Amino acid sequence: MQYIVKKIITLIITLLLITLLTFTAFAVIPSDAAQARLGTEATPQQVEALREEMGLNDPVLQRYGNWLTGALQGDFGQSYQYDGVQVSDMLAERLPTTALLAGLSFLLILVISLPLGILCARFRGSFLDGLITQLTQITMAIPSFFLGILLTYIFGLVLRLFQPGAFVAPTENLGQSLYYLLFPALAVAIPKIAMVVKFLRGAILGEIQLDYVRTARSKGNREGRVLYVHVLRNAFLPVLTFLALIIADIMAGSIVVEQVFSVPGIGRLLITAISGRDYPVVQAVVTYITVIVLGVNFLVDMLYPLIDPRMRSAYAGPSRRQL
Amino acid sequence: MRVKRSDIVQNKYLLIGGILTGLFILVALLGQIWTPYSVTQMDPLSTNLAPCLAHPMGTDNFGRDVLSRVMNGCGTTLWVALATVLIGGIVGTVIGALTGYFGGWLDTVLMRICDIILSFPSVLLALLFISLLGTGTDNMILALGILFIPSFARIVRGEVMRCLELDFVRSAKVMGVRPLRLIFVHILPNTLVSLLTTAAIAFNNAVLAEASMSYLGLGLQPPLPSLGRMLSEAQGYLLTAPWYAIAPGVVIVLIILGFSMLSEGLRNWRP
Repeated sequence: MQYIVKKIITLIITLLLITLLTFTAFAVIPSDAAQARLGTEATPQQVEALREEMGLNDPVLQRYGNWLTGALQGDFGQSYQYDGVQVSDMLAERLPTTALLAGLSFLLILVISLPLGILCARFRGSFLDGLITQLTQITMAIPSFFLGILLTYIFGLVLRLFQPGAFVAPTENLGQSLYYLLFPALAVAIPKIAMVVKFLRGAILGEIQLDYVRTARSKGNREGRVLYVHVLRNAFLPVLTFLALIIADIMAGSIVVEQVFSVPGIGRLLITAISGRDYPVVQAVVTYITVIVLGVNFLVDMLYPLIDPRMRSAYAGPSRRQL
Repeated sequence: MRVKRSDIVQNKYLLIGGILTGLFILVALLGQIWTPYSVTQMDPLSTNLAPCLAHPMGTDNFGRDVLSRVMNGCGTTLWVALATVLIGGIVGTVIGALTGYFGGWLDTVLMRICDIILSFPSVLLALLFISLLGTGTDNMILALGILFIPSFARIVRGEVMRCLELDFVRSAKVMGVRPLRLIFVHILPNTLVSLLTTAAIAFNNAVLAEASMSYLGLGLQPPLPSLGRMLSEAQGYLLTAPWYAIAPGVVIVLIILGFSMLSEGLRNWRP
């Protein structure tokens, strides 16, 4: 119980610190939002009035406080770029698309990489293992946006399985939307699949040398049972931490891949907001990503003691043990 | 028997990785002093040419030679990767060595910050930095360099703590060698292999991040070529000139493959 409370407190403090840090950073950079909104022809009085109205003259901490109270109620302020548009509305409009893309990518990663990794470890040293190992080495080196371009070319332009750029919003037609997203999801997933296969294989092989595995074998267990019942449960622990990293990677990968397939998601929103110096939007997207990354790590921390009874008493910290 | 076979495989990694990386550095340097054609010269009569003898990688939509632009773009990639790894490597090593040696609350705080930074993907953080600093190559180098500090700091810290337990370090300490000399003269040279491995991974990530940022239009500004930007420009001509996209893409893959194989080989290398 103490463990959970401690983790929750750390989570909240980290979240507050990161948002405060980004907020301050955006607040101190020399770019005047009021001036930008009114254009170059505005008189200094007009700019000053708008600054006052937007609260830009208040101290940073007070502005952060205001922003935080708003954010907790789901209000991230107004966009600088598009007059009078609520940032939360922009975010809500794109969230389903990005969530679908990320979910689909993660599903693909799990469904393909877990069996492959186990297969490699089960038949280690075989031709199949060698082939998959070499393949993962190469696919890991392909950036997801280049993969996206290749997929667009092969499946979109040559085979005509989908029409690049003709994305249908999930609220309109979920089936068609999912079908289109399958290709960007593949582009995001393939390099990560290679990473997970390699990591899982290594984790199983590391575990298989330990004494308890020999004991399990000498008690007459068949190799399959040893692997699935004894080894996997232990080998899966570091993989869990790794999967948390992969989820963060999916978020980053989908930002670029959304651009390749012109999918109107959070990633594209972030890119246009960065180019247009639309800081409230950038801040909101950063907060959203931070919440997800920290949330996933928190979830892994919670799952750890459930899977590994040793963690329930003496907690050493999963990420540290790995190194 | 098994160990021997895997040894050869590891050496192969080091060998192939070394060759690919060496080739990349050679081409990148050559591209700065000589290219078959001008990098920015446009030729309206030979746009979107397929690969042929005169243009081994074809030409782009402005009639510029793709091979020349790829060669020159490699230089940008190398420069960005080298600069970022140097910033991250030097600052990270110093921070890691000092915190690993002295420990204390500063160590706890710094490592906690490293944990947080490492849990975010570098492209994402680089995007955040770029939105603060503005677009351009220098800002990208600064952003990526800062982002690589934690991974170096973490590795060096661990290595220093490991070395502190070793006999020769203990005896040096007993003999009255001062901390700074102990860290930089006695301990750090022993961490070289893990440092090199980390550097190879950092190169790998730097190339990937540079390509992604340029692809998004946040890195090097036109008309100078960069591999990522070429890919984004080529995307509009996929149907008429697929080679324009494939050439820089394959080169990026080969560069990353070289660095990742190098790190893989180094990790298992026992000199």
